[in-house]
Amino acid sequence: MDDLLNALVLLANFVLIPAATYGSQLALGALGVTLVYAILRFSNFAHGETMAFGTMVTILVTWWLQSHGIGLGPLPTALLALPAGIAATVVLALLSDRWVYRYHRSCRARPVIFLIASLGLMFVYNGIVRIVIGPADQRFADGERFIVSVSDFRAFTGLSEGLALRTTQGLSLVVAVVIVAALFWFLERTRTGKSMRAYSDNEDLALLSGIRPDRVVLIAWAIAATLATVAGVLYGLDKGFSPITYFHLLLPTFAAAIVGGLGSPLGAIAGGFVVAFSEVLLTYAYKRFLTYLLPESLAPDGLLQLLSTNYKFAVSFVILVLVLLLRPTGIFKGKML
Amino acid sequence: MTRAPTPIAFALMALAFLIVGFAQSWSLALTIFNYCLIAAIMALGLNIQWGYAGLFNVGLMGFAALGGLAVVLVAMPPVTDAWQAGGGDLLVAVVLGLATIAGAILARHLLPPGRTRKIAVGVIIIGGFFLARAWYLPATQAIASVNPAHTGYLGGLGLPVLLGWIVGALLAAGAAWLIGRITLGLRSDYLAIATLGIAEILLAIIKYEDWLTRGVKNVNGLPRPVPFEVELQQAAWVQEWSLRLGASAQDMAVLTVKLCYAGLALAVLMILLWFAQTALNSPWGRMMRAIRDNETAAGAMGKNVTGRHLQVFVLGSAIVGLAGAMLVTMDGQFTPGSYVPLRFTFLIWVMVIVGGSGNNYGAILGGVLIWFLWVEAEPVGAWLIAAATSGLAPDHALRVHLIEGAAHMRVVVMGLVLLLTLRFRPRGLLPERIARSA
Amino acid sequence: MSFLIGEAMTGGYGAADILNGCTIAVDKGEIAVIVGPNGAGKSTAMKAIFGMLALRKGRVCLDGRDITALSPQERVVHGMGFVPQTHNIFPSMTVEENLEMGAFIRRDDFRPTMEQVYELFPVLKQKRRQPAGELSGGQRQQVAVGRALMTRPQVLMLDEPTAGVSPIVMDELFDRIIEVARTGIAILMVEQNAKQALNIADTGYVLVQGANRYTDSGEALLVNPDVRRSFLGG
Repeated sequence: MDDLLNALVLLANFVLIPAATYGSQLALGALGVTLVYAILRFSNFAHGETMAFGTMVTILVTWWLQSHGIGLGPLPTALLALPAGIAATVVLALLSDRWVYRYHRSCRARPVIFLIASLGLMFVYNGIVRIVIGPADQRFADGERFIVSVSDFRAFTGLSEGLALRTTQGLSLVVAVVIVAALFWFLERTRTGKSMRAYSDNEDLALLSGIRPDRVVLIAWAIAATLATVAGVLYGLDKGFSPITYFHLLLPTFAAAIVGGLGSPLGAIAGGFVVAFSEVLLTYAYKRFLTYLLPESLAPDGLLQLLSTNYKFAVSFVILVLVLLLRPTGIFKGKML
Repeated sequence: MTRAPTPIAFALMALAFLIVGFAQSWSLALTIFNYCLIAAIMALGLNIQWGYAGLFNVGLMGFAALGGLAVVLVAMPPVTDAWQAGGGDLLVAVVLGLATIAGAILARHLLPPGRTRKIAVGVIIIGGFFLARAWYLPATQAIASVNPAHTGYLGGLGLPVLLGWIVGALLAAGAAWLIGRITLGLRSDYLAIATLGIAEILLAIIKYEDWLTRGVKNVNGLPRPVPFEVELQQAAWVQEWSLRLGASAQDMAVLTVKLCYAGLALAVLMILLWFAQTALNSPWGRMMRAIRDNETAAGAMGKNVTGRHLQVFVLGSAIVGLAGAMLVTMDGQFTPGSYVPLRFTFLIWVMVIVGGSGNNYGAILGGVLIWFLWVEAEPVGAWLIAAATSGLAPDHALRVHLIEGAAHMRVVVMGLVLLLTLRFRPRGLLPERIARSA
Repeated sequence: MSFLIGEAMTGGYGAADILNGCTIAVDKGEIAVIVGPNGAGKSTAMKAIFGMLALRKGRVCLDGRDITALSPQERVVHGMGFVPQTHNIFPSMTVEENLEMGAFIRRDDFRPTMEQVYELFPVLKQKRRQPAGELSGGQRQQVAVGRALMTRPQVLMLDEPTAGVSPIVMDELFDRIIEVARTGIAILMVEQNAKQALNIADTGYVLVQGANRYTDSGEALLVNPDVRRSFLGG
């Protein structure tokens, strides 16, 4: 019986919690991508760099707060700096729209032109982030490290396996739930939110109904920038900030959005968790887990890792391709291009 | 658009190289020129995919890296110890892997569609995966542990390095064919994401399969298609010329080697350009553009759109692979860690968009111009920032920080160049010439 | 002068004009129907009146006011409602949300209007929590008409409202349109099903090559032998 419990605790500690954390971070990122897609109808390749930019501003403000001795006690100071990061990123997104996308919208350019424009912005953001904060890794999590630590858990349960829930992990989950709930309330219940869904559904009819496209686009950018910053900060708190990682997050983020169905907010969340859990489940070494469950004579001698963590990108990609081949609109029916 | 801008643009570019030659050094000018040629070849490859057919490939990095890998596999001497240590087991693993794929395909063909077939195919694939791994893992470990400081991989075939260029193109073409089969039916945005993923996977393999590539430990001392500087320095004709030009024999040898590379790259570029131009103006090229401009109509007229796209995808990727092989050869080393998407994928996109997609001369001009800017923006940026902050004390924190960040200035510049082109000259510096048929 | 009139309209999308001086008018409480062969410019005339097509000559007046220069959105504010032929609903939104979006420009309480729409189309009330995209063809058209009614327009313009629905559904839809007209709304409609449409029309316009060929009451057109022979299939 203890063996079974130990095995489950092990799995929870190394698979369930990390995957759920990563999944909620991906879901937030994918929501931003899917929202831009739903309203502006292109895949925003600058989203990863937008995340990096928002995180960078948050880090700088965090440092400033820390240097003045302002903190949140057990919670990371970054939480206090987050609104500033969001504000800066929203301004960046709106300026980008004003100076870049708006022109192409006014001449009704093809979606791929927007995509190429987003590549240009990707360069610009990328450069700005590296000039301001540099390409190196930054850790900015402070406050209490654990909500539940391994030793607490062991003392409490008497099991030999420990379970740890880090503050950043708990925070990721809670913040993601709050943000997603707020976003859905906005989209489903408010007039503006509904007008955005209407615009995404049928642009021409939305115009006929008196919905102002400029306003819808503005709000879409603001929300996407907010989601990008929150996702970036949560990821950075959890795993550390380095600009290059945020570029690499683009692939799983897009995979999540497409797997769920591009343009579908619910799909983005589902997709985030599908990608995160597949990645973690396939790259976890099951040796210890099975050692608990199997009789000693059958104990495995290899690591029993299906896939080296080096290939976690491959997981996103394979899921992506499978979904595109089997169900091109994604789990929740998204938009066809 | 008349023909006039093309020669003028290239003449201006030549002038830029002369300025670098006089102002900085001839050796530097030649180095930049050589890399510009390679960039131009890559841009040509992308132009075939994007400009001719409208395929949105953002996996260029992967194909370039494959080309580089080919040079290692062809030209490096084989490591006999490593082959003895793990070669046999590795071959068994490869055979098992191939047998698994064959078995799965066979099962798909023989069994009637339904749940049984799905289960059978699944069991064969999963079983085969574990079976092959049982030989694969110990083999790779054995190989990697053979003198890891110097080899730790299987080495290559010890063949001439120029053969590696051809193999690089073929390897990239093969990968492109496989990938294209899976992804080319997809819509443009999806194709972009899929190719982005493929490049990451190819690079992960190259970085982490140490037995094949030495991974991040790099492969140094690649064989060269041109003589070594030290040998040249001794040659009578080099010394004679150095006296005549008033340069040291050492400089003369360095320049000679670079000129050799330039000649090789220029020859490749010219041949490719000739092919690309011929193809563009052939019925095949016209059909390609017809498909690009209206896929639905072309499909309705009975054109095999996906088939044509596959051709273009393979051809373009092969050219990128070739360029990747040339790059590694010129560097003299294969460094998997150096492949970053910004430089190897997105910068090529800037080249093609700025140069003029659909126009081969435009792509080449874009390749040369953007690489030139990319290289020269760094010293110019550093100089500008140093000048702008000259009022501050040399150890002022802001000044130090800005000078450190100057290197990244060029990334911003590239983004701005792309955005400005898109807005003010959306068809590029040398736009595609629309054939006015009678 | 009629309540809504598009006078001597000339214009088209490219170099060639599709409309050649055609005039369409409708009064409050009346149903006007535009019929004619394919390519006669029926839908184009409708779009021109609604401002989706710039006119080279002619003008559009609503309630005596020249609105030729207004955009479609501004015309909606001035009391015109338009139901496009296709893509006329928000498919992923519920029926009720579709109606809400119809009332987007209204700042007052639109509940009573929504109740009126539900009274007119009882089936919509029943399905008001369902995504509109999941409804049948006829029900979708009801949603489309209902959405346009939410602004309480004085003119309702329908572009082939019965395209692709069964004859029974068509009859029912026409009944509803008559009911809408009785509330004092002017109705302008383009129809392929010329006979049935002229049956309910106060005024009928037969367009040929972008110009008025016959203009008369619906009944008169139905008995006019020339019209019968050329346009109503004998």
